[in-house]
Amino acid sequence: MKLNVNGRDHDVDAEPDTPLLYVLRDHLELNGAKFGCGLGQCGSCTVMVDDQAVFSCLTPILLLEGRRVTTVEGLGSLEKPGALQQAFIDEQAAQCGYCIAGMIMRAHALLQRNATPSRGEIIAALEPNLCRCGTHMRIIRAIERAAGKRTAVAEGGR
Amino acid sequence: MLRKTLLVLIIAVVIVGGAAAALAWRPAIDPVRRPAAQSFDPALVKRGGELAAIGNCATCHTRPGGQPFAGGAAVPTPFGTIYSTNITPDEATGIGAWSEAAFRRALHEGVDRGGRHLYPAFPYDHFTLIDDRDVSALYAFLMTRAPVAANAPENDLRFPFNLRPLLAGWKLLFLRTGRFQPDPNQSTAWNHGAYLVNGLAHCGACHTPRNTLGAEERQRGFAGGEAEGWTAYALDATSPAPMAWDADALAFYLQNGWHRDHGVARGPMSEVTENLSTVPAADVRAIATYVASVADASSDQRRRKADSAREQTKQAADARMPGAAIYAAACATCHDGSRPPPYGGIDLGLSTGPSGPNLRNVINVILWGLPALDEQRRPIMPGFAGTLNDRQLADLLAYVRARFSDKPPAPDLEKHIREARAGEPRVTIHPAPTTEPGPRGPGHKEARE
Repeated sequence: MKLNVNGRDHDVDAEPDTPLLYVLRDHLELNGAKFGCGLGQCGSCTVMVDDQAVFSCLTPILLLEGRRVTTVEGLGSLEKPGALQQAFIDEQAAQCGYCIAGMIMRAHALLQRNATPSRGEIIAALEPNLCRCGTHMRIIRAIERAAGKRTAVAEGGR
Repeated sequence: MLRKTLLVLIIAVVIVGGAAAALAWRPAIDPVRRPAAQSFDPALVKRGGELAAIGNCATCHTRPGGQPFAGGAAVPTPFGTIYSTNITPDEATGIGAWSEAAFRRALHEGVDRGGRHLYPAFPYDHFTLIDDRDVSALYAFLMTRAPVAANAPENDLRFPFNLRPLLAGWKLLFLRTGRFQPDPNQSTAWNHGAYLVNGLAHCGACHTPRNTLGAEERQRGFAGGEAEGWTAYALDATSPAPMAWDADALAFYLQNGWHRDHGVARGPMSEVTENLSTVPAADVRAIATYVASVADASSDQRRRKADSAREQTKQAADARMPGAAIYAAACATCHDGSRPPPYGGIDLGLSTGPSGPNLRNVINVILWGLPALDEQRRPIMPGFAGTLNDRQLADLLAYVRARFSDKPPAPDLEKHIREARAGEPRVTIHPAPTTEPGPRGPGHKEARE
């Protein structure tokens, strides 16, 4: 079937009940999204479908006919990171990094519908995503930075 | 002749108006200084805490993210929004200046200390049954809470519902005051359950249908109602539960928030089960005993229905339905799996949801999931709001209805999907004021700020 990922159409040769995560990683070699729990409880597989963050481990591709998939690779590249990715780099928000692609995609979905979220709104929106290393505070700061809420002045309190 | 008619009419208006005014007027009860916490018997305070949990008081009287019992939570009604009041013992903004007599009058007659009629969103139509001993316990409990200074926002009600004196008329029509009368032909447990269910626990507030003036239809007690974007299923013989409830199942469900043969408590009901998990087992057992008798689970008809339900789950619905592939790919791993609840999916053939009068609850759960709760061993499920579009969701629901219930296609499916997506009426997803509220849930903006 045809799958639109990061603005490009792909012909995917997979069973319709295959989870999107497997297609992204095994067929399209987009390895940003990770397999964590497989139950929609950890968020490391989070990508966007149309304008909402979803668990790609629980999204069979048969649901994706005519819909847009966006992964962390769609936000920028190693050479040219997107604004949100750059904010995560600037705040050094990753430790092991396993959750980060999912965190970024859920944050991206949040910023698309609310460009200036409050700290409370960020925490509420990211509740489905877990980080075992405990870099939550840096992740929140990175999202605030991307939303233009953290400037050089505000960094004094770090 | 005309003059005479006019005169009679004027006299009639004066009499009726005067009577109405006399009825509507209630005296204020003098304020008191807040009683010292030490003046209350600790055992009475403890029992009051249990009773407050049974009465679900904190649920309405706490704003999401706010201090317990400090009020300010929005209660949506067909007539506008009512904000719950502060029932902490703050003298200026709470009930600190209320004597026990004033508190008792509020519970039994729906009149505040100052003599104003209270809206029946405060379920005094049930609380009027509470005996004086329990009123004392509730009073002792609330008066020993930490006082919080907090004024509730003004109610936002349409004319004429914003006129409190009219409530005297409502009470005349619908309020029957008086304490609970036990039925000597029933057991002690049954009577205690009937007392709690119809009184303090006010189960009928959601599970009994309401008339156009917002009063419960007494002849149709427990025939099912709705609450905050959720359907409150019938508890009587018309219960849509595929497997008949019995007292054991009810007691487990009420204390744990789920039962493998029935489903999961969500929305406002999960707040009820959360509260009931903290009260003595004997109270929950009594509630279960009474509700089981309301459900009339013993009748042959109900048992046959349960047997056929168990068969039903074995039969596959038409595999060519467009929802069949979605169910197989997205739902079956958990719901047709071998892992038992709470961490495996509930058997949808036994769950009340697919057999309900509508599928609103199933839609809410599919869209928003069952979020994990702190320190609770409860069923969990991820939400599929972003995964499924409306067409796919409708296909899936049609299949679930066909496969897991013996009911005709669900009514108003598209409308319920649309309303659930839009959060109309506002949908409460998370069970406690301290957790994240759902999309457009009450106070979703103020929580965590």
